[in-house]
Amino acid sequence: MQYLVSVIHDKADLATPDEMAAIDVFNDRLVAEGYWVFAGGLGGPDTATVIDNRGGEALFTDGPFLESKEYLVGFWVIEAPDLDVALKLAAEGSKACNRKVEVRPFL
Amino acid sequence: MSVIDVQEAITRAHYEEWARVVATLARRFGDLDIAEEAAAEAFATAVERWPADGVPPGPGAWLTTTAHRKAIDRVRRENKRGDKQKEAQMSYDDPPEPLGPIDDERLRLIFICCHPALAMEARVALTLRMVGGLTMAEIARAFLVRESAMGQRITRAKAKIKAARIPYRVPSAEDLPGRVSGVLAVLFLVFNEGYLATGPGTDPVRHDLTAEAIRLTRLIRALMPQDGEVAGLLALMLLTEARRTARVSPSGELVALDEQDRGAWDAALIAEGHRLVRERLAAGAAPGRYQILAAINAVHTSARDVRDTDWSQVAALYDQLVRIDPSPIVALNRAIAIAELDGPEVALAAVDRLEDELAGYHAYHATRADLLRRLGCSRKSRAAYDRAIELAGNTAETAHLTRRRDQLGYRPSG
Repeated sequence: MQYLVSVIHDKADLATPDEMAAIDVFNDRLVAEGYWVFAGGLGGPDTATVIDNRGGEALFTDGPFLESKEYLVGFWVIEAPDLDVALKLAAEGSKACNRKVEVRPFL
Repeated sequence: MSVIDVQEAITRAHYEEWARVVATLARRFGDLDIAEEAAAEAFATAVERWPADGVPPGPGAWLTTTAHRKAIDRVRRENKRGDKQKEAQMSYDDPPEPLGPIDDERLRLIFICCHPALAMEARVALTLRMVGGLTMAEIARAFLVRESAMGQRITRAKAKIKAARIPYRVPSAEDLPGRVSGVLAVLFLVFNEGYLATGPGTDPVRHDLTAEAIRLTRLIRALMPQDGEVAGLLALMLLTEARRTARVSPSGELVALDEQDRGAWDAALIAEGHRLVRERLAAGAAPGRYQILAAINAVHTSARDVRDTDWSQVAALYDQLVRIDPSPIVALNRAIAIAELDGPEVALAAVDRLEDELAGYHAYHATRADLLRRLGCSRKSRAAYDRAIELAGNTAETAHLTRRRDQLGYRPSG
């Protein structure tokens, strides 16, 4: 079962060297213990472009689809047997990157 | 067997077997929804059949077998409709993991219903439905929400359990203390909602809720006899419940501890509560919050007359509680003991320091009002009673505060 662990923050500033080092340690552990699927950091909302091609002609709009105080700054995709394991890993991830995270299951 | 005997047998079976039937099915089918529905159908079948066929020798086994058949029927029906997801669910019946420190199907059920990933209100509703066997209508009435809203709450929780795959198991030894305290928080909330029911139209004490909370805590106590906090919470509930009839006057007014008719307390519940507290003292382990609260209640219920209360013991227990739970509410209750030991002036100073945090809490103002009254500051006391009455949600408490206020000598002069 896969879970998306979204990293939520209210600033687009990059991880500090200490945070980066902690994230590396956490990622190594995810790989070593077989939980790792994928992970990445994202550019801020002002780098986003919204595309709507439902009408036949693709419409491009500058900016995020939703203006909010907090937004997605990165994510992990992890493989875990159940939510208890996912929550534990997410709690460690939150500590490592020093930001709030949200866990959602893939269908 | 008379009709009444059969009805009693069904009621007893429901009381004793509901949680076990749901738990067994949930384990077997990996799906709470199926378990709940099949259990309800099995009980409905019992209501239909038992009057004619007689009560089976093993009602629990009969109900489990019947529920199992109903569940298989439903799964077959749904598989015919090509519900791929259901088949996936079935395969989720994972091989039994090594047994944890404790193992009972009903414990798994309790832990999944009280899972920390669910909202508190959903945990309460699920626990009362799945473990307690209360109907949706009963739960809705207990929490003053519409039945449809309560139904949605439970449906959403079940959907999350399934989609996010909240596991059906007893937590590992390492996670157990935290998870048990989550379960106890749910039961304590149910108890308190019964004990201090809110809302203008409600009875001041909802015995159905306090009784259900005690019953479920007894169940957990039977399943986890070594857990100190489980014993502590049960003792706390029993010692509180023992005072229930003395706590509200015939006219529906709350009677404070110092004015209660102690002869009306339930001696059997007090004895049982005291036994549990002694058992925990003998265990010699550092007590948690519920054990300390139970010990405080044991001190109160040991005094035949309020004047015999060992206030230094109460204050010492509150000191102990403050160390593990430095919340302003604990500090407020500690101040009440301090008033008896060191006088109302010292206590008032302690209470006044809590203003920033507790200004919106009725008990803060009620405590201040009482201390000011004892210090002869009628005018300030009246203002504090006014504020407490405004904030209190319990009808009996409002009546009590109003009488106390109206007994003050001071009359406002415009």
